[in-house]
Amino acid sequence: MAATNGTRSVQVKIKRFQPGEKPEPYWQEFRVQVEGNDRLLDTLNKIKWEQDGTLTYRRSCAHGVCGSDAMRVNGRNRLACKLLMQDLGSRISVEPMLGFPVIRDLVVDMDPFFAKYEKVKPYLINNEPLPRTERLQSAEQRERYDETTKCILCGACTGSCPSVWANAEWVGPASIVNAHRFIFDSRDRGGAERLQILSDRTGVWRCRTIFNCTEACPRGIHVTDAIEEVKRAILYGSTEGD
Amino acid sequence: MYRGQSGQWSWLLHRVTGLAILLFLLVHIVDITLIGFGPTIYNDAISIFSLWPIRLVSLALIGAVLFHAFNGIRIILIDFWAAGYKYQSQMFYVVLAVTILCFLPMAYFVVAPIFGICPQGSCSMTAM
Repeated sequence: MAATNGTRSVQVKIKRFQPGEKPEPYWQEFRVQVEGNDRLLDTLNKIKWEQDGTLTYRRSCAHGVCGSDAMRVNGRNRLACKLLMQDLGSRISVEPMLGFPVIRDLVVDMDPFFAKYEKVKPYLINNEPLPRTERLQSAEQRERYDETTKCILCGACTGSCPSVWANAEWVGPASIVNAHRFIFDSRDRGGAERLQILSDRTGVWRCRTIFNCTEACPRGIHVTDAIEEVKRAILYGSTEGD
Repeated sequence: MYRGQSGQWSWLLHRVTGLAILLFLLVHIVDITLIGFGPTIYNDAISIFSLWPIRLVSLALIGAVLFHAFNGIRIILIDFWAAGYKYQSQMFYVVLAVTILCFLPMAYFVVAPIFGICPQGSCSMTAM
C-alpha cells in the first residue's frame, strides 16, 4: 500500500443487493484512494461518483444528526458520516444493518422501525388545563431524561440487537429509549399508558442485557440502562426509584 | 455474525450453558427414576458416570453450572442495581475468573481418577 501525500489505498468490500438484476445479495470489492480525515461516507461517495453509480445508500445531513447512514462497518453498526478512515484499517467491510428488510444495497426498510416507534407514543401527553406560562421544570427534572433526548432514530441500536433479529415483533431498543424520554419527563402524564404498552410480550422484557445497542449508539446513549430503568419502573410501579 | 463485545458473548454463553444444564436435567431425571427399579439396576446405571468420557462430560457440566450461576448474579446486578450497567463488562471478566477459580479444584476431583489418582481415598473408576 503506497502512502503519498497522506493518501492511501483501501479495499472496501460492500454487500450489494440489486433486486431485479440479481436475486441474491453478493459482495463487491472496490479499491479507493483515501485520506485519513476522510469519513467512510466520503469514501462511499467516491465509489458512487467515480466507480459505480449504481451503489445505493442513504445520506442526508452527513454530520451525524439526521441518522440516515447507519450501516454495519467491519461487523458493527456505525454512522458512515461519523467514521474517519484513519480509524478503519485498510480492508473495510460494509453491509446493511441486520434486522431490517434490505431494499437495495445499503438501504434498509425503516417503515417497521418507525411503526414500532409510534407504538410507544413518543410525544408529550398532558390533558391538564394549559398553564398561563410554559410548563416549568427544574434542572434536576430536565436532567432525569436528558440522555434519551439525544436519540436520532438511526436504528443502529435496533439493528445490533439479537432479540430484534429473533423476533420482528419486539419494539426494540430505539422505541424504548424514546418512551423513556417521555416516561421520565415531569411534564408528561402518559407514563402509565406507555409502561402498560411496554410491559406486554413485545415490550421491555425481551431485552436480555446484551449491550450491543449501547456499544452501537453513535450518540453515546446508555441504551441498556434506559431499558433497565423502564423495566424497574414497570416492576416497582413508579418512576421515582432510580 | 455481528461483532458484539463482552455483553454479547456473556449472553451467548449464558444461553448455551443454560441449554446444556437443561439437557443434563433430563438425563438426571432418567437416572434418578431408575431407583424405582431396585438397587442393582440403579447402581449399574449410575456407574456409567465413572467412565472417563462421561467424567469429561461431567466436567463440562460443572463449567456450565458455574458460569451460568455466576453470570446469573451479574444479570441480577444489572437488572436491580442502578449503576450495574456501568460495570457489566468488568463483571463479565470477574464471572470468568471466579468460574475458572472454582472450576479448577472441582476438575481435579473429577479428572484425577482417570489417571489413577484418588483424591477421596478410594477411586470408583469403571474400566471401559
